[in-house]
Amino acid sequence: MSIWLDSNSKIVVQGITGKNGQFHSEQMLNYGSKLIGGVTPGKGGQETLDLPIWDTMNEAVDAGANVSCIFVPPPFAADAIMEAADSGIELVVAITEGIPALDMVKVKKYISSKDTRLIGPNCPGIITPGESKVGIMPGHIHRRGDVGVISRSGTLTYEAVNQVTEKGLGQSTCIGIGGDPVNGTNFIDCLEAFENDKDTKSIIMIGEIGGNAEETASEYVKEYVSKPVVGFVAGKTAPPGKRMGHAGAIISGGKGTASEKMKAMERAGIHVTENPAELGKTLGNIL
Amino acid sequence: MNIHEYQAKDLFRQYGVKTLNGVIASNPDEAAKACKDLGGKIWVVKAQVHAGGRGKGGGIVLCRSADEVFEAASNLIGKNLVTPQTTSEGVEVRKIYVEEGCNISRELYLGIILDREKELPVIMASTEGGVEIEEVAHKNPEKILKVYANPITGIGDWQAREIAFGLGLEGKQIKNCISFIKKLYQLFVDLDCSIVEINPLVVNTDNEIIALDAKINFDSSGLFRHNEIEELRDTNEEEPLETRANEVGLNYIKLDGEIGCMVNGAGLAMATMDIIKLHGGEPANFLDVGGGANAKQVTEGFKVILSDPEVKAIFVNIFGGIMRCDFIAEGIIEAAKEIDMKIPLIVRLAGTNVKLGKKMLSESGLDLITADDMDDGAKKAIRSIGGNA
Repeated sequence: MSIWLDSNSKIVVQGITGKNGQFHSEQMLNYGSKLIGGVTPGKGGQETLDLPIWDTMNEAVDAGANVSCIFVPPPFAADAIMEAADSGIELVVAITEGIPALDMVKVKKYISSKDTRLIGPNCPGIITPGESKVGIMPGHIHRRGDVGVISRSGTLTYEAVNQVTEKGLGQSTCIGIGGDPVNGTNFIDCLEAFENDKDTKSIIMIGEIGGNAEETASEYVKEYVSKPVVGFVAGKTAPPGKRMGHAGAIISGGKGTASEKMKAMERAGIHVTENPAELGKTLGNIL
Repeated sequence: MNIHEYQAKDLFRQYGVKTLNGVIASNPDEAAKACKDLGGKIWVVKAQVHAGGRGKGGGIVLCRSADEVFEAASNLIGKNLVTPQTTSEGVEVRKIYVEEGCNISRELYLGIILDREKELPVIMASTEGGVEIEEVAHKNPEKILKVYANPITGIGDWQAREIAFGLGLEGKQIKNCISFIKKLYQLFVDLDCSIVEINPLVVNTDNEIIALDAKINFDSSGLFRHNEIEELRDTNEEEPLETRANEVGLNYIKLDGEIGCMVNGAGLAMATMDIIKLHGGEPANFLDVGGGANAKQVTEGFKVILSDPEVKAIFVNIFGGIMRCDFIAEGIIEAAKEIDMKIPLIVRLAGTNVKLGKKMLSESGLDLITADDMDDGAKKAIRSIGGNA
């Protein structure tokens, strides 16, 4: 078992004919993901990668899609997410980086009345090793196993996954929740799902500076998570007031520092390492 | 992205948000002329720098004659202003804003920001005008009034009223305050702001609500739909290396250490800085070359890092996902041809096409130090400049 994504997931890519959409659709197919087609308004009826293209998400859902992966550029991405949610699809994974924050505020309000789960935006996506990947992560570093991985970052997640794999362990599901200030699925949603997933035995949680998602997630871990959790927060050396690449990674008004977040994690009983090269080792030590 | 007070006030006026009349000046003569154009008997000369705390640093001067305005402008323009929010060197003042005086009856605070936890814009107000809001939040959190806007319907009259009453306004002031808040919220939404702050917001003796100061910070992700805002950017206020990196699509932030970092991905870039520090070194920068960087951008990245005279070694830490290790290798080889790299270069490659990347580097004959993982790389970088790790 896994969370939210498995070998039965039928995937549609919104923005499949763009450069990134095209490249990563091919990568997903190579990994074995069940990609059933793409949506590019105005190109309905054509084909790409031997798959059908539809004009609308409604057509994609009628064809059986239950997961959407979005590569639509920032000016149109919020609309694409809402179209997906309106089509009744179960899961939307938004890869797009650079969606205006106030667009996401509207999107969050809109989808709160829908049954759709949104992962991202500005994220690497979600992967259940050996079954399916929806996103842009390098599939080959993953290995089927029982460690759940949640992260606000992309490449730092790959780093963690690689360390787990090199320890001879594997991952149940890995989720990048994204580096934007307003996003869909948060740490707590993932922690709850991993806690309830019988095939996940431990969890790695990677945060970064900015906001207080790590603090609230730590409180949740303390109350509700019985499985061991290893934690790291990136940006201990980041100067305040500077946006560190990710739109959400900024220490403002003295709030959102890595030290505060790691302290909150420790108080919750999370096994915190200050060394990002020792996530695998820290996990190995407690198992 | 930040803008100056005078630019923010221009935007306020476009939205009907009340400000005082003012004129921008780049030399003392212009400043003295400005006060004649403005009329009145009292003026305020305000240094135009992005940093806050200008009052405490002597950047805001009350003047009672054109001569005093001339003198204040002479003392500010071309000089460095040190405020609690700048470095000890301060920032150079290039322009000053001459503003007419005002009969203040009360000083308040008003701000709109995006509340990340509630994922909604929040309007914050306080009777503690002139005091930093973080300080109020820390010492007297009960003195901050908050109402949350609905992204679909905006802000309701009743919400603006709640703030007006909460601030203890009365009579005509209430109606003026409601109108002020609603216009300001419209500006916040229309222009994709992340912060709009007025400190102090004043009530004058005619019961008008006026923005005495104005601070706007824009969401960089929203700038693609606001060319007019992009034009307000003042690169003099930015770190020159950051501006240069920005122009070639690289995300670079200068720090004070000696070990330059080139990394793909923001999270890994931060983690790389952290691990250098953890082992006793000091990172010189944050640099995310991104997922889609090409060899040219990598070369540019090296040039930017090497332009910082403090840099004594460079640690390249790449975990290839979208970014292929052979692209990075090509970039390193190209950069080495163009630039005479006299300092140690430590390279750690992992992920997509790692074997090809490593092979290209070893065949290039370049003098570099390879690392097995990021721990190894950070330690080798520190040792390469004589540190213990």
